[in-house]
Amino acid sequence: MRLSELTQGTDAVVQDVENVSEPDPIARRLRDYGFVRGEPVRLVGRGPIGADPLLVQIGFTRFALRRAEAARVIVETVA
Amino acid sequence: MSEAVSSLRLALVGNPNCGKTALFNQLTGGRQKVANYAGVTVERKEGRFDGPSGRVFQLLDLPGAYSLEAASPDEVITRDVCLGHFPGETAPDVIVCVADATNLRLHLRFVLEVRRLGRPMVLALNMMDAARRRGIVIDVEKLEAAIGIPVIETVAVQRGGAAGLIERLDGSVPAVASFDADSDLHAQVRTLIADAVSMPRRTAEIDDALDRILLHPVFGLGLLAIIMFLIFQAVFSWAAPLMEGIEAGVGFVGDWVGSGLAPMPMLQSLVVDGIFAGVGGVLVFLPQILILFLFILALEESGYLPRAAFLLDRLMLKAGLTGRSFIPLLSSFACAIPGIMATRSIQDPRDRLTTILIAPLMTCSARLPVYALLIAAFIPNQNVAGIFNLQGIVLFTLYVAGIVSALAVAWVIKLVRSDKSEHALMMELPSYRIPHPRDIAIGLWERASIFLKRVGGIILSLTIILWFLSSFPGPPQGATDPAINYSFAGMLGGWLHVVFEPIGFNWQISIALVPGLAAREVAVSSLATVYALSGQEEGLQAIVASQWSMATALSLLAWYVFAPMCLSTLATVRRETNSWRQVWIMASYLFALAYLASFLTYQIASAMGAA
Repeated sequence: MRLSELTQGTDAVVQDVENVSEPDPIARRLRDYGFVRGEPVRLVGRGPIGADPLLVQIGFTRFALRRAEAARVIVETVA
Repeated sequence: MSEAVSSLRLALVGNPNCGKTALFNQLTGGRQKVANYAGVTVERKEGRFDGPSGRVFQLLDLPGAYSLEAASPDEVITRDVCLGHFPGETAPDVIVCVADATNLRLHLRFVLEVRRLGRPMVLALNMMDAARRRGIVIDVEKLEAAIGIPVIETVAVQRGGAAGLIERLDGSVPAVASFDADSDLHAQVRTLIADAVSMPRRTAEIDDALDRILLHPVFGLGLLAIIMFLIFQAVFSWAAPLMEGIEAGVGFVGDWVGSGLAPMPMLQSLVVDGIFAGVGGVLVFLPQILILFLFILALEESGYLPRAAFLLDRLMLKAGLTGRSFIPLLSSFACAIPGIMATRSIQDPRDRLTTILIAPLMTCSARLPVYALLIAAFIPNQNVAGIFNLQGIVLFTLYVAGIVSALAVAWVIKLVRSDKSEHALMMELPSYRIPHPRDIAIGLWERASIFLKRVGGIILSLTIILWFLSSFPGPPQGATDPAINYSFAGMLGGWLHVVFEPIGFNWQISIALVPGLAAREVAVSSLATVYALSGQEEGLQAIVASQWSMATALSLLAWYVFAPMCLSTLATVRRETNSWRQVWIMASYLFALAYLASFLTYQIASAMGAA
């Protein structure tokens, strides 16, 4: 599933970051931020209007990602 | 250049929010110099300090970067200076890489990326105090052995918190062996953290708790509105006693100097009516500007500003902006120039351009003098609902009018623009921090000196030019009107008056708008000079209150919401966008909006009997 579809507070692990264009600077920056395979990730909160942007915990850091940005990240929930 | 023999050039690099600037302030104290890099407008901060051996260090604070694969002009500078490729900058002798000890998963990746450059470097593990409080244990020796560069713990916000770093730099720092450029940095960071760092939990409990409240859909937005409102109340009420003090002081010195010059009436007029009336009228706003900057700096240091951007992103996106525009726009409340320069942190060029175009609609502090004068003269100083001050509410309304117009203009730009591809937000929300008084004091000092240089330079010379225009030629024999009516300024005001009459401006306002082109706050000092030379002895506020109609005052307030005249802003836009076209677009749309708003305000207010 995609990071943008994750329910709030669920622990997940990053599988991949997809490029939606070639090159995709947004996807590259996500990888610099630490969105790489095997990294634990969690959706911490949502913006007040239209539940956008998303507040995402990756590594020890929090990022605000818009839905389209978070949709590039493929995740798998941890049982 | 005898010092070149023993001095060492250092460059401070690191991720944004690693405490780099605090460390820079800790190391250099007040001994720093702020300028721009050659040919670009990225701020260049350099400072000096001495090591225990007497060796002199020159420290360059490079812009924060997430990666050397640069995505913004700031990151390009950091990369090029580190590599020694930047024209006019020598490669640093030692790179001091700063990492937040509580955020190593992100920051160590950048450290390893910098290490690939193969230059002599040390790692400053900053915010060790916060790390200890959170129970994070870092095996520094192990980390040092694993990455092959000296690692020194620092606490940038504590006295002596960088002593270990200075001592280490005073010794010799070896070059690092170059490493395989294709290695997976993320995998290396994971191994390093697994071997050398023990962390009870990934986040700080206090951050989690604060974010739950401050980013709450209802409380979060409510608190943001309250914070903004309190700032504007404070700007008006706290500054009042200080301003009265400055006013009295300038008046006293002006009278004293003036009485000494009594034998030379021409010089006396220049000094008293020109310099003291003009410059004093602007200097008086320093307290308000400093209070506004105090709040902006404190919010910035505390980590709250990106949260505000998070809360407002969707709203701003609808208007064709980004949450990231919030910080440049907030800075524009102090002055549009640093605001426009701060747009460099917006990676998307379209978002950046829109933010630049609407930045002048944020009410900059240079407009405060005009607002303050008119509000004090026309709006009664009374309480509303027991706690709020009516003057404060009017001021707040003027600010809101600017914000609403800015959103509307951004929305129109979005409609006009044909390109509909994706814009990025992707913004880090750093840990909350208690702002450090020293860092705020240094920031305030920088702003105050910029403002005082403006008063000393542009404003002083314009005031003198205006005095000249208003004093010559002198009135003919047997003239009955005040002398200024016969001067160059009187003639110029007469012509402009034709253009501005439909919006209710008298000829004194029309004249004052001309020097106001160079700096908005000059309009007030110009009015003071014009009226002083018209032979009116009362204070400017009393004159305005007795001679202007309410409709004229409201119209001028509306004009200043848009205030198209600030040459320094237009020059900054030219430099930042590298395009005269954008400058013309900005100047003409602002002028059109200002004229329209003032016209409507004046005609409606007159019709309602506010004559």
